[in-house]
Amino acid sequence: MSEAREKLGTMLYLDGVSVAFDGFKAINNLSIIVHPAEMLAIIGPNGAGKTTMMDIITGKTRPDDGQVLFDGRTDLTKLDEAAIANLGIGRKFQKPTVFESHTVWDNIEMALKKPRGIFATLFYTADDEDIARITEILETVRLLARKDDYAANLSHGQKQWLEIGMLLAQDPKLLLVDEPVAGMTDAETVETAKLLKDIAKTRSVVVVEHDMSFVRELGSRVTCLAEGAVLAEGSLDQVSANPVVIERYLGR
Amino acid sequence: MITQALFRALDKKAIWLVAILLLVAVAVPASNLLLPVDSPFRLPNYAVPLFGKYLTFAMLALALDLVWGYCGILSLGHGAFFAIGGYAMGMYLMRQIGTRGVYANPILPDFMVFLNWKELPWYWYGMDNFWFAMLMVVVVPGLLAFIFGFLAFRSRVTGVYLSIITQAMTYALLLAFFRNDMGFGGNNGLTDFKDILGQSISAPSTRAALFAASAIALALAVLACSAIVNSKLGKVMVAVRDAESRTRFLGYRVEYVKLFAFVVSAIIAGIAGALYVPQVGIINPSEFEPANSIEVVIWTAVGGRGTIIGPIIGGVLVNVGKSYFTGAFPEYWLFALGALFVVTTLFLPKGIVGLIGQYRAATTKREQHDRDAPTPMQVEAGADPQPKPAE
Ligand SMILES: Nc1ncnc2c1ncn2[C@@H]1O[C@H](COP(=O)(O)OP(=O)(O)OP(=O)(O)O)[C@@H](O)[C@H]1O
Ligand SMILES: [Mg+2]
Repeated sequence: MSEAREKLGTMLYLDGVSVAFDGFKAINNLSIIVHPAEMLAIIGPNGAGKTTMMDIITGKTRPDDGQVLFDGRTDLTKLDEAAIANLGIGRKFQKPTVFESHTVWDNIEMALKKPRGIFATLFYTADDEDIARITEILETVRLLARKDDYAANLSHGQKQWLEIGMLLAQDPKLLLVDEPVAGMTDAETVETAKLLKDIAKTRSVVVVEHDMSFVRELGSRVTCLAEGAVLAEGSLDQVSANPVVIERYLGR
Repeated sequence: MITQALFRALDKKAIWLVAILLLVAVAVPASNLLLPVDSPFRLPNYAVPLFGKYLTFAMLALALDLVWGYCGILSLGHGAFFAIGGYAMGMYLMRQIGTRGVYANPILPDFMVFLNWKELPWYWYGMDNFWFAMLMVVVVPGLLAFIFGFLAFRSRVTGVYLSIITQAMTYALLLAFFRNDMGFGGNNGLTDFKDILGQSISAPSTRAALFAASAIALALAVLACSAIVNSKLGKVMVAVRDAESRTRFLGYRVEYVKLFAFVVSAIIAGIAGALYVPQVGIINPSEFEPANSIEVVIWTAVGGRGTIIGPIIGGVLVNVGKSYFTGAFPEYWLFALGALFVVTTLFLPKGIVGLIGQYRAATTKREQHDRDAPTPMQVEAGADPQPKPAE
């Protein structure tokens, strides 16, 4: 009963999740909770299973074991990628993945939260509201001036921002953001932290990042993963003072 | 809603293309029928169905391009949909022969009498009605594509594996249609047609009408494809081609997007096949040959995939070349075709249309260079809306 109450009111609830690739346990009895309008930063060494965890949440990888619930109720392990995305889970990939042969504008337009059916998409025409929304998003991610450029011609950092813009356009309840500031300048990093903090006022955000100054900037709860399990949890100061974390991650 | 979609289809390039096709639809028959026999501008009788055939090939290439160029599905079995559309038309034409056949059986086509069949098989019912037969031209290829695509795309068969099973599909149909007991004339197929809609199939006026119908059908296919690729769904198709898994994470059902493109494409291919058969006067199982489907891929690649006009140019030019070659030096045609494909893949990844794009980019670049500081990135962007080569 207390367990049921524990799930209630969570945005994301992972309990005892494990997955093995050819016998190698990439995720090992992992339990993580994210509340509505909360930001969680996840740190951890390479190969800790951070990206794999996102794969499990978004339906790309099926866990061997454990519970993955969205919004306290919906069992994500039974759904496919598209269904999970339409529930309101958006994801930014570690390697920025935008649609390179489309313009910046079209990338956002495709991501915009609209009916995804075949005929709805075939006969879709952007109305004034959609145009205003896309413009607003492009302003937020500072790509309005490049709206007609092909995404292929953006810099690495700009692609990261475009992908964040696509996330915003999806209007998700939960955002999974994998290494958003890789390839960004210091100034861009600060901006990104500001933007994500802003988003987290109304939505749940899970950020994976190696850049410690960025994580500090976020000022959120921190979880350190290693070998597919939680090593330490708490504020960044608590976690980075943890001797095990220092030994296994920060100290190297 | 639909008018908006149609409006979108009419971008400048599509308008030009449709206008040219409609012009051709009028000019070719007119030149053949109206000009005096000794006029240098008169098209000889044999040329009309020959050109008509090229147009149906162009339509087949356009159909393939919709799935391959825009959606990344390399079908090596599109000849099958073309052939099935052709067989549906052939069945109608067979039933029009009536008592003029060798055995003069009013119901059964000659080959059935020859096989000692007493009754028409159920799937031949209704095929003597033109409109019912035309419905089958659309429905049967569409249904086959739907079932095949549903199974393949739902199981996420992609890339080389998908190409192989499409090839297997057309091969299986080839073997099936070779069998006499299938009821499609076996090895010999369907031929010796007499009438279409009450008109003699070999009359110049009928051939002219068939040519015009082919040009108009191609124009309509251009409009349909253009409406699709200019819509948001068309953008999603390209997204599926370039980053399939990413598209899923945006919430699009990739399998349905592919299924839609595949079915529409199969229907266009089927209609092309139905127009092909009365102009060449025969349909037999060789149309299912895997090599035929591979040739379509070559036409499309040569013309330029991921564009509307590319496959049309490729479909016509390669086949004009083929007609010439098979007349002049028949034994070298396959070598020429192979060489063409290799040259295209190596030097013209975007085909003939890409070549024009490259030339334009070069001139714009020069102009821009003269005007102000060069911005190579933008120039490239402006000239490079075409797809990257598929894997
Ligand atoms: N599909 C897969 N098949 C086999 N092994 C996999 C697969 N996906 C992940 N792994 C392995 O699981 C482990 C965890 O990988 P993961 O990408 O989740 O790490 P990460 O924490 O995101 O690391 P990084 O910080 O480098 O991004 C790695 O050892 C990786 O090789
Ligand atoms: Mg990772």
